[in-house]
Amino acid sequence: MTRIAVIDHGAGNMISVTNALEAVGAATFVVTTPEDVDGADGLLLPGVGATAPAMSRLSQQGFDSVLKQWKRPLLGICVGLQLFFERSAEDDSRCLGIMGGEVTELINTPTLPHMGWNEVSYPVADSLFRGIDEGSSFYFVHSYAPSGLSNAQSIAQSTHGGTFVAAARRNNVVGTQFHPERSGRNGLQLLSNWLEEVALAC
Amino acid sequence: MTRVISCLDVKDGRVVKGVNFENLTDEGDPVELARRYAEEGADEIVFLDIGASPEGRGIMLDTIKRTASEVFIPLTVAGGVRTVADMRAALRAGADKVGINTAAVTNPQLIAECAQQFGSQCVVLSIDALKVADNQWEVVVNGGRTKTGFDAIEWAAEGARLGAGEILLTSIDRDGTKAGFDIALLKAVRAAVSLPIVASGGAGQAKHFIEAAQEGQANAVLAASIFHRGELAITSVKAAMAAAGVPVRTTP
Repeated sequence: MTRIAVIDHGAGNMISVTNALEAVGAATFVVTTPEDVDGADGLLLPGVGATAPAMSRLSQQGFDSVLKQWKRPLLGICVGLQLFFERSAEDDSRCLGIMGGEVTELINTPTLPHMGWNEVSYPVADSLFRGIDEGSSFYFVHSYAPSGLSNAQSIAQSTHGGTFVAAARRNNVVGTQFHPERSGRNGLQLLSNWLEEVALAC
Repeated sequence: MTRVISCLDVKDGRVVKGVNFENLTDEGDPVELARRYAEEGADEIVFLDIGASPEGRGIMLDTIKRTASEVFIPLTVAGGVRTVADMRAALRAGADKVGINTAAVTNPQLIAECAQQFGSQCVVLSIDALKVADNQWEVVVNGGRTKTGFDAIEWAAEGARLGAGEILLTSIDRDGTKAGFDIALLKAVRAAVSLPIVASGGAGQAKHFIEAAQEGQANAVLAASIFHRGELAITSVKAAMAAAGVPVRTTP
């Protein structure tokens, strides 16, 4: 069974993510220190809440260097994805810098936060979306999104006012701006695809 | 996309239905019903906890836990949340969002404290609005029995300023009437805040959902009894909305 370490940096509600991963066949364990990560086949960085407290907590726990050096599959969700970039306009925070680019506030939006289901399209084919139709809906809750990507690829996009990056990948590191753990069947399919990626990398 | 939300009144671990919280009838297991609604295409589930006893509270957390492990769409829990600790307990059990109502009226800073602790995205300001004059609504609590002196539109704007991430707006006049949502109320709150607004109170026919989205500019529409009693199916509501040009998620 694929073993997934879910990083607890104080903000997220771990239980949604661990429940969804277990529903598609993973063994999960929640980690609060880098030592606990030993033995994980894949690493998951969840995130709800604000960027600055999440980033400072990750640094205090010593996860920043673990994440930067991690060679196996790593999945970031929502703020977890945003933390992969260099900077975020939310609280003007420095982030991990695993992916080139910045996180900026959504523009021309009818409402903020962008909360609800939205259609996602794929500019490139990525294994994360295998078996999920173009234009499928996922659940979003956010006011910021990555932009100006360099050395990372936008693998999904969505539109709320303007078009924004809904998922991005750089090699073994991938992240979604939406919440697959709350996105019904499509979300479970995506997590199952990611577990397959983890299993292949073992 | 406009969300269609199914609301379940929960007391002591069971879904109940009554008029003004009286003559309650047992309508089933909340986890079962939540799963059924998710399969039928509900975009979100709301549990309204109407059992305020201390024992009921523990049972509710257990219900949230069981639901979160089986139902993979967003879950909001409202009713009887009074403190930051109450909100933390609900989130830790697996709720995605928590609604606060009476406690926020009593202590508006609770909105700010919860938003700071957990992020605005999970703080839902639940407002029960009673029409008192043309284009004027007063905030009421205790199921509409107690007036607060707060203007509903001003309160929504204040809630947004304090850090709420969504407004759950219930028209007490329309609640249970099946006469349609209060469109004027929705429009007035829409003009005051840029937050997502959930329209509640008055759903009776598919056309009401369309009106709330198109004229009322609601981001989500909520109904309870008409879905439970099978008077309207979520799929047919969504099909009607899509046919009218309201973007909705059509495959669960």
